[in-house]
Amino acid sequence: MSRLHAALQDFDALDALAARPTALSRLDPRVKILATLGFILTVVSFDRYTVAALLPLALFPLLMAALGDMTLRSIGRTVLLASPFAVMVGMFNPWLDQRPLLSLLGYPITGGWVSFTSILIRFGLTVAAGLVLVASTGLPQICAGLERLGVPQVFTTQLLLLHRYALVLAHEASRMSLAHELRANGKAMPLAVYGPLLGHLLLRALQRAQRIHQAMLSRGFDGQLRHRPSLRWQRADTLFLALCGMGFALARQVDLAHLMGQLVLGWLR
Amino acid sequence: MHMADALLSPAVGATFWLASGATLAWSARQVRKDEREYLVPLMGVLGAFVFAAMMINFTIPGTGSSGHLGGGLLLSILLGPSAAFMVMASVLTVQALFFADGGILALGANLFNLGLCTCFVAYPLVYRPLLARAGAAPSTRRMSLMAVLAAVIGLQLGALGVVAQTQLSGISSLPLSTFLLLMQPMHLAIGLVEGLATAALIVFVRQARPDLLALPSAAYQTASARRVFPGRLMATLGAVALVTAGSLSWFASSQPDGLEWSIARTTRQAGLESPQSGLHAKLSEVQKSLSLLADYKFDLAAKPATPALAPALGQATPEAAWPAVDASTSLAGVIGGAATLALVLALGFVLRRKGSSAV
Repeated sequence: MSRLHAALQDFDALDALAARPTALSRLDPRVKILATLGFILTVVSFDRYTVAALLPLALFPLLMAALGDMTLRSIGRTVLLASPFAVMVGMFNPWLDQRPLLSLLGYPITGGWVSFTSILIRFGLTVAAGLVLVASTGLPQICAGLERLGVPQVFTTQLLLLHRYALVLAHEASRMSLAHELRANGKAMPLAVYGPLLGHLLLRALQRAQRIHQAMLSRGFDGQLRHRPSLRWQRADTLFLALCGMGFALARQVDLAHLMGQLVLGWLR
Repeated sequence: MHMADALLSPAVGATFWLASGATLAWSARQVRKDEREYLVPLMGVLGAFVFAAMMINFTIPGTGSSGHLGGGLLLSILLGPSAAFMVMASVLTVQALFFADGGILALGANLFNLGLCTCFVAYPLVYRPLLARAGAAPSTRRMSLMAVLAAVIGLQLGALGVVAQTQLSGISSLPLSTFLLLMQPMHLAIGLVEGLATAALIVFVRQARPDLLALPSAAYQTASARRVFPGRLMATLGAVALVTAGSLSWFASSQPDGLEWSIARTTRQAGLESPQSGLHAKLSEVQKSLSLLADYKFDLAAKPATPALAPALGQATPEAAWPAVDASTSLAGVIGGAATLALVLALGFVLRRKGSSAV
């Protein structure tokens, strides 16, 4: 139950973050979507043994988080709680790939450890970028942007409805689950209880959908939601996208971390 | 299991985005043409329901562990495949954005694994044809059985998708055979859980609101089935599958798999002077690591081949030895790869055949 509540709280918190006016939230959502996609493509385009050259790219989510007035703690928590599949699969690398790739202070480091580190960094960067996008933009704005980028309206409309009702139904589910827990005397839920319990939730959800549809119809619903945010592409948007693009290209072409290392070594000598 | 951005290469990620995006656009067209005008709000709320349902766990009979609903098959049964695919797309989008499950680049791959495989393969090709009996309503037991079967097949295909995407991307070092032997049994369990949860729900719905289940299955038996599930869908899907398979095999041939790649690097670094020691060391090392999973038959079968092969490697030039090394170490991998490709191609072929006969 505690995990469930934590997930719901995170969901709420991200929505609350997105609702605040910040320098970042004033940008057109299309720009942020494109920049995030560009960032993720840049990160994953590196060779599997790249570690150091990836690190300068961490600047992007950090800057975005700063511009969007986000605390690193909230982002970091979700990154840590995120699905560990990449980490699970990556864990096998050190064990399978034992060819020494570089030596650090006389100790050999195997290719597996290098590529595992690379996977961890990729994981952190891509997850953080996605979270920053949501926390700075909010789903309604993202949907408006996606629609203007050519995503079918049917999809964005029902995505928005899902987002709106996910919390309502999740709270209902958590109350039902709690009610069962309190009566179950510490036993987990058997399948014979699960079916009817969730089935009733399903029936209520279907009735709710019917009521929602009637309410929407009575307010003039004709296949698309009203109150969609209006988007205006401004000079700041072009500037932001151009800066991001140049930054990604630079980080991709030049090994900034290596240059930095040489600089520091030269200075030490 | 959600595929993650960190394990994907841009080419593989983009290919699956294209495949899933095309399917999504096609599904949107179908939904817009649908006569059920309440469909869009229904889709939204059912998506929210799937979300809520993921938070309730039940105990798996016979074991101590617990599982939850995934939703793809249930949505297909309640809404029909194209609407279900769109709902799965939004569930996965919210998961990717809010809970960092998977990722933005991996969304296409996840949609392929968890949406397309269930909604457009397991549901129309397993659940519906096996369930439909002319004239008579299927029994509860038959319905549950088919739900479990369809869920298992859908998730097996999905797991195959995860393995294929990871292998083609080449970020992970896991050999194909090991990865397959890890993923498929694991997803057999996940598929059984999904099937049991879906069966429990549809059995309940059948008692409480039989009209909800009658909706798509009734359409299946009448002439209007053509409208809900036309031959054009089959043709389009076949084309998508063929294009995906075609482009993937191209990636497969241009990017060596992780194990081959690391062996190739080792031999090149050894300066080609002592291929025997370099290759042999690598081989035994790989085998040592594989033998931790030696319960699996493939590895045991592959093992005796190597010592016999080792002397031959010493005499042959490294180039000539390549195919031999390949055959001995990743026999299971090659077989698995060929089987996957054959399966995808066969699927495309079947879909096409059905398409041309229906039109």
